[in-house]
Amino acid sequence: MSNVLLEMRHITKVFSGVKALDDVNLTVKEGEIHALCGENGAGKSTLMNVLSGVYPFGSYSGEIMFQGKECKFHDIKASENEGIVIIHQELALSPYLSIAENVFIGNEQTKMGSVIDWNRTRKHSTDLLKEVGLENENVNTRIMDIGVGKQQLVEIAKALSKKVKLLILDEPTAALNDEESNKLLLLLKKLQKQGITSIMISHKLNEISQVADVITVIRDGHVIETIERGTAPINEDRIIKGMVGRELTNRYPDRDHNVGEVVFEVRNWNVYHPQEADRKVINNVNINVRRGEVVGLAGLMGAGRTELAMSIFGRSYGQKISGTVYKDGKQINMHTISDAVDNGVAYVTEDRKTYGLVLINDIKWNMSLASLHSFANKYGVINKNEEILAAHEYRSKINVKSNSIEQTVGSLSGGNQQKVVLAKWILTHPDILILDEPTRGIDVGAKYEIYCVINQLIAEGKSIIIISSEMSEVLGMADRVYVVNEGEIAGELSREEASQEAIMKCIMSHQKGGQ
Amino acid sequence: MSTSELKIKTKKTGESINLRQYGMMIALIGIFVVFTVATKGTLFFPDNFNNLVMQNSYVVILACGMVLCVLTGNVDLSVGSVTAFVGAVSASLMVRQNMPVWAAIICALLIGLMVGAFQGFFIAYIRIPAFIVTLADMLIFRGLTMVVLAGQTVGPLDASYRKIAAGYLPTLFVQFNTLEWNMFGKTFRTGGLTIDMVSIIVGILAAVAIVILEINNRRTKKKYNFKVTSVVQSAIKVIVIAAIANIFTFKLGSSSGLPIVLLILVVIILIYSFVTQNTVAGRHIYAYGGNAKAAQLSGIKTQRVMFWVYVSMGLMCAIAGIVLSSRNGSATPKAGDGFELDAMASCYIGGASTTGGIGTVIGAVVGAMIMGVLNMGMSLLGWSVDWQKVVKGAVLLGAVTFDLISKRKSTK
Repeated sequence: MSNVLLEMRHITKVFSGVKALDDVNLTVKEGEIHALCGENGAGKSTLMNVLSGVYPFGSYSGEIMFQGKECKFHDIKASENEGIVIIHQELALSPYLSIAENVFIGNEQTKMGSVIDWNRTRKHSTDLLKEVGLENENVNTRIMDIGVGKQQLVEIAKALSKKVKLLILDEPTAALNDEESNKLLLLLKKLQKQGITSIMISHKLNEISQVADVITVIRDGHVIETIERGTAPINEDRIIKGMVGRELTNRYPDRDHNVGEVVFEVRNWNVYHPQEADRKVINNVNINVRRGEVVGLAGLMGAGRTELAMSIFGRSYGQKISGTVYKDGKQINMHTISDAVDNGVAYVTEDRKTYGLVLINDIKWNMSLASLHSFANKYGVINKNEEILAAHEYRSKINVKSNSIEQTVGSLSGGNQQKVVLAKWILTHPDILILDEPTRGIDVGAKYEIYCVINQLIAEGKSIIIISSEMSEVLGMADRVYVVNEGEIAGELSREEASQEAIMKCIMSHQKGGQ
Repeated sequence: MSTSELKIKTKKTGESINLRQYGMMIALIGIFVVFTVATKGTLFFPDNFNNLVMQNSYVVILACGMVLCVLTGNVDLSVGSVTAFVGAVSASLMVRQNMPVWAAIICALLIGLMVGAFQGFFIAYIRIPAFIVTLADMLIFRGLTMVVLAGQTVGPLDASYRKIAAGYLPTLFVQFNTLEWNMFGKTFRTGGLTIDMVSIIVGILAAVAIVILEINNRRTKKKYNFKVTSVVQSAIKVIVIAAIANIFTFKLGSSSGLPIVLLILVVIILIYSFVTQNTVAGRHIYAYGGNAKAAQLSGIKTQRVMFWVYVSMGLMCAIAGIVLSSRNGSATPKAGDGFELDAMASCYIGGASTTGGIGTVIGAVVGAMIMGVLNMGMSLLGWSVDWQKVVKGAVLLGAVTFDLISKRKSTK
């Protein structure tokens, strides 16, 4: 059990003069689940890329010992041959190919040289799917037709097909809901029993303390500490302290709860699926928001929260939408996104890279994108100096860490990108902000800063609807929680009533009631 | 210590950005110098400046329209055919229907707008890929050109119509005698010159305008408390641009004066450049090309953006069609063949990205001029058209390769 499988010694990796990794040592024993924690940009992914050969031997200094011998990987193929498989956050699956084809992509089952042996491909992939708990899936299903959670499991099946000894997972649960995450973690435990060692990068501390045997905390390219289960109690506060170098006494900053009158109301809202005209996605939803209030939308992945929010926001999702929206007691028309913006409603997307930012452009350019008209005269000529001024103001106001406002947003870390998207919408001076997964995939420090921005907005008398898959976030931030399930409001809980159990109970009873 | 390090660093990045920005312009000047030397100065003759403007005017016009299409991540394959079609219609209206010149021009412009709206409708609202719509229109309008012209060349066109592409602005030629003077014990002599004073005055006015704009720009920047580039840097920039403009007008003045088509070009370039760089509409085009989904969720009416981009392209095709038929003095079925490729190549040589969101009007104009100078230089050297195509292709490939590699380096 306690044989050392991997030892990385004195790893130093320099990017254009900046040390991303500085003399890092990492020891992984056979059969353990080893968690890597650290803020975004701490160097976790860089370390794993060094290990898997993404950064070839020679581009870093230090040595890698795997199964007792020194390894000099020149590419990913070389590390895979040794049994080291990395699963990146962005899954490497081809959407139009079947599950079976994806499992053996790059590792095709062939006969007579290079002809694909379909029988063997299907048979073996069926076996592998069984191992990862996907025995009910047809291996001929296209990847695009299964959910993200299952895709993640297909990636693991793919790794198993390569005779994996050391499995590296980069943020495996970032896009998964609690239930899917649980399934994945149980699978890791099961693989552990079969002798597969895992290294897992994660921001979700509760998961880490749930499954990890050893935790290594990295900060600014250094290993801060290594905590072993058994020798020391693993608790979240300790990990957080190691990651950020300071004690975050409260993960959710306090604010005054001065909730005013109802300012925004959605009544009898119905939405149909954009492609399947008969499928009702949102069914008769009624919600309201008060001045200075944070309203949380809780629910499982696929409950319809994003669909609800986007259909309200300028009907950017769905078809055959019916229902009415009231703001300050008056009915408003929000048939297009520019109507919504004009009416002081903003929606911050859950997927900042695809829907939130133009990655090739710079910070100031992205910040002003939704509010361009306020920087322009009546002929549509932009005053670029005013634009620069506003970008400077908001960059320092919400603490975007960058060289300048001319830095391209594609080169920023996730947390800073999120802040740019937030700034973009704050610049439209909305009264109602809908924040969809505002802290997905960003580190604890940046999360805290975003919560502070939310509180700041509330203090200015704005109202916020927050959608989050992390229940603790909804509970920590919201004054009131709507539980969404299967496109309906399953319940409404006040701050005092709301708890993880209460929300789950709400969902369960709604599911029973629906059947 | 750390602050001084930081200063050096920011200074360095600033310079490298500037170099990339002006890279293609420097390449243009380099190519010009090389060919001037290779042709033993022939390229630098005043008449060749004149020819450079005249011969490349339609490519520049089309490149201005094309760069918007390229910015959205698309192309327009139909511009050669539409250019020919517009020329054919206006020529046959004048020659066969005896329509007055001004009416024919208005008809031509309206046809261009209508063709653009037609394409824009299918691309933006029916959401058929631009590649397919414009490929179809390339065939349709080439065919219609043949139909309108009945397969024949229609001409000759009215002299006033021909003036558009072959005429000059009013001139005021002044004769300068040979001058001699002694300096440092040597005798200097200038040749006798006949120069159009209008060209010279326009050149000087342009230089004054450039200086005023730069001073104004610096003043507002200071008012906003922004950092301004050093006075020396500003001065060098202004002097270089003004010098180039004045060499140009001087050469044109020594030839036949300022071509009317140059005025058309300058107006189009200024309008397109201003719209793309300084207006909300221009910003929306860049946003659409950079990330269409994010643009849409930011409240940008993406379909409307796409529609007007193709309407603008149609209008540019119409102007190019008028200029082309005016220059040829007739409309021919084969006119404008391959123009779409020249216009696209201009955009890409000028630094535009095929995936959209990156590129400038000035870049595309510089790209068009690079191809024009290459054409002219190689013709003067007596290279065959066949080899000219090979060289132009190689330049396109080389320019884009260089651009991509330098971008990759800067992101690493």
